[in-house]
Amino acid sequence: MSLPPFTFVEIEERLEDMFVELDEDIITKLTKFDIQMQDNLLGLIEKAASTSSGLAFQLGKRLPRAIELMELETLELWLNQAIDAFDNKGLYSAVEKLNELESVATFARQKLTGIPFEDICGILEPFVVGLNGRKLNIETGPQWYTDTETLYLPSMLNYFPEKQDNFILYKCMAVHLWAQTWFGTWRIDLQKSIKNFTNKDRAIQWFHALESIRLDACVKKELPGVYREMHRLCKLADITPLSETRVPDIEILLSADSSVDDSLKILQKNYHLDPPSTSHYHCCINPEAVENTRNARLIKEKDLFRKAIAHIIEEKTGTETEQLSEEEKLSIDAMPVVDPDMPDGFSYQLQLDGDPVEPPDGVKSLMNSIIQDIGLIPDDYLVAAGDGGYKITEEDNTQDNKNVWSGTYHEEGAFLHKEWDYRQQRYKKNWCAVRELEITPIHNRFIEKTLEKYSGLVKNLRRTFEVLRGEDRIFKKQPYGDDIDIDALVETLADVKSGMEMSERIFTKMHKEERNIAVIFMVDMSGSTKGWINEAERESLILLCEALETLGDRYAIYGFSGTTRKRCEVFRIKSFDDQYDNKTKGRICNIQPQEYTRLGVFIRHFTEIFNNIDAKTKLLITLSDGKPEDYDGYRGEYGIEDTRAALQEAQREGIHPFCITIDNEARDYLPHMYGAANYIVLDEVNKLPLKVADIYRRITS
Amino acid sequence: MSSGKVLKPEECFIKNEPYYEPVNEEIDVFIAAYKQLIPVLLKGPTGCGKTRFMEHMAWRLKKPLITVSCHDDLTASDLVGRFLISGGETQWIDGPLARSVRHGAICYLDEIVEARKDTTVVIHPLADDRRVLPMEKIGEVIEATADFCLAISYNPGYQSVLKDLKQSTRQRFVALEFDYPAAELESKIIQNETDIDASMADRLVKFAHMTRNLKGSGLEEGASTRLLVHAAKLINANISPVTACHTAIAQALSDDPEMLSAVNELSSSLF
Repeated sequence: MSLPPFTFVEIEERLEDMFVELDEDIITKLTKFDIQMQDNLLGLIEKAASTSSGLAFQLGKRLPRAIELMELETLELWLNQAIDAFDNKGLYSAVEKLNELESVATFARQKLTGIPFEDICGILEPFVVGLNGRKLNIETGPQWYTDTETLYLPSMLNYFPEKQDNFILYKCMAVHLWAQTWFGTWRIDLQKSIKNFTNKDRAIQWFHALESIRLDACVKKELPGVYREMHRLCKLADITPLSETRVPDIEILLSADSSVDDSLKILQKNYHLDPPSTSHYHCCINPEAVENTRNARLIKEKDLFRKAIAHIIEEKTGTETEQLSEEEKLSIDAMPVVDPDMPDGFSYQLQLDGDPVEPPDGVKSLMNSIIQDIGLIPDDYLVAAGDGGYKITEEDNTQDNKNVWSGTYHEEGAFLHKEWDYRQQRYKKNWCAVRELEITPIHNRFIEKTLEKYSGLVKNLRRTFEVLRGEDRIFKKQPYGDDIDIDALVETLADVKSGMEMSERIFTKMHKEERNIAVIFMVDMSGSTKGWINEAERESLILLCEALETLGDRYAIYGFSGTTRKRCEVFRIKSFDDQYDNKTKGRICNIQPQEYTRLGVFIRHFTEIFNNIDAKTKLLITLSDGKPEDYDGYRGEYGIEDTRAALQEAQREGIHPFCITIDNEARDYLPHMYGAANYIVLDEVNKLPLKVADIYRRITS
Repeated sequence: MSSGKVLKPEECFIKNEPYYEPVNEEIDVFIAAYKQLIPVLLKGPTGCGKTRFMEHMAWRLKKPLITVSCHDDLTASDLVGRFLISGGETQWIDGPLARSVRHGAICYLDEIVEARKDTTVVIHPLADDRRVLPMEKIGEVIEATADFCLAISYNPGYQSVLKDLKQSTRQRFVALEFDYPAAELESKIIQNETDIDASMADRLVKFAHMTRNLKGSGLEEGASTRLLVHAAKLINANISPVTACHTAIAQALSDDPEMLSAVNELSSSLF
């Protein structure tokens, strides 16, 4: 027998617990559902309330209408989109998302015939990464174009009756947009180039069509498989392929060495004619978006590149660039070398006074990105940054040397740690104060929900970890055991024959090899983890604890965050001595985003904790969402170098550091900090819970 | 019925030149180290030509090559040797390492980190200026001649903290770093290995680069040169390129269905 539904008062009480106030008529409507549905709906409101009570209120207002339109699954999808928007842009854009309920509902119905973006983005994303060049993100949007960093694609395609064809259409769109960034469509400033035309729209249409013809030809040469599919889709939709339309001078664009300049020339000639229409996979172009993104990137990359050059020179000469006199300054050149992997067939090699230098990996990808934008490394890029940007970050650090011993710095209970200053090449003694705080346990249904959500995975994890634990090994040459060790017996007999003493160790024994591993998980609790990342971290920790309890490895979990060197805080979630009991579980549930990430000091702190632990293998795993960053100058290279120094100290103590991050830019700095093999970058937050336990299994077996 | 030829390890001379394209100065460095009696460590990802390089050097130096693939049950006596009984008499049988030292061969310990740490230390006296192999069982010490050479290999990209090369071991070696060759060279290698035409080889290399772009974004490793050679051989045997890439490369790289689809889409884009 099912329970009676919640009454008006009960619902009101539950809402009060969540600090959400809803209109009476909405609560009245909620009383009409059965208890199961009520529970689900209140669950949705609770989920929204955990992000923001404003959002929960807005959700509640729209719930009655939404229930009429959507199934529960779609409701959840709708709310998730809003929470996503809230995390990225705040309440206003979240409400906008909520207002889209009609289109979300239509979308859910369309899903039956078409193919939604999220079903294929797992395939399309690595596909685009594989293609080449600057890493491109894929997102959905009302307009389909690329701004040279993100490809905007439709959230759903049901252009063709067959799902497979719709998928191919997605793929062709992605390839076409990628081709725009790779084959130099945006190396020109389109707005400037067409400023003399009276009808800008017409000029843009012409430019898009001509470039589409040229890019199709490039794709034909580079990716013939995709080109065949493009052709097939045109036929399927009864569209004449652009290359077969009658455009004067089209053969220039079809030749191998055509460039965007050819398109502009032909545009000049053909402007008076009607532009040909492009195909479905050619999407559209958005010169403004490109200009904004590209200009910002050009400035940023020029700056970064010049700093990198200054750094290379400094490393070579051992002197800061500014201190060198004019004659001493080394000349730096970029010489073209053949490289069939690049769109123009060559890349550049840096030369310092004629000697080739190998730039670090981050600089290499930077150079490739610059070449992708401009086609070469311009001369004004090849000047080491001097009085400008390179120095700025160095100034603000010296500010409060005096304040070290004032204020609350010397409070009792604080651990003092040093910090590495790479510019002065020395340690600053007792620079950071770390306090160990405890998280107050809370008890909500988070643990049960997570275990329910990942029930299949949990089972799977337990099984795989059990296998690890029970790794039976046959020990040879044992004094007693369950079978005779033939090798040992022969050896013993041989010993006896040759007059030596007979060994007793002639048995084999099955034995469970004990894992002697101790691990500390340090969890990033900086402000930037607010929202989904924090939730994913908590989920990961729960799954991880389940797995580690099976395995029997000793483990501790600490959160870390802080503001400035005087207030670095470590939050104990589970120490090595704590059990995985309700208190620990409650503390995991209450992990809240705090402030900044001054990574180095925490690594030193955990290294000290490790010193009191006796284990054969010590592992320090960081779960993080970004670069080390804090107030008082702890950012950029300073933060990275300090963290690196702290990691090296840990390694000297016999600790193996490992980093799991969801920061996509992490590939530029993590190899430098952690070493090439000691980190993993996850592309999506929601993969974190699925992956963390698996990664742990991999690095410890 | 034909049967395989039986050879003793020290008789394994390589008669025909194994095909090898030098990338840097690795051949000169190896010869110099060999002449100066310094052991060599080969580092690099799987399938980039470490073992082929060893075969080539054995051929060049006209020395027999004795290869031991290390695994975690490999004991010191598996390397050094043991007593056996035949006809009521004991008989000492040299292990591969002792054989190499006795006969002045090249001993190549492949994937050395897979061996247990206590096994690895038996090579220590051989790998420094003493160049001797103590054989406790028979109370002898074999002194290596100038012909003997010790080489080991390992893959530094292997993400396990439990399998790392100890400093005391690695600091005895001259290290040669191997990586996948540049595009042009890699294409040439594939053509030489398989007689495939140049445009197909170029496409295979391009495909390999695409998968290498994915390293760290879902793939643990990109496609190795060895996998490309496999695919090229299948293509030569009239398998369609897309199928060849799917079976010889994609399936070898990952089990994740989404990643497999993405890799397959990349190969179907190229061919």
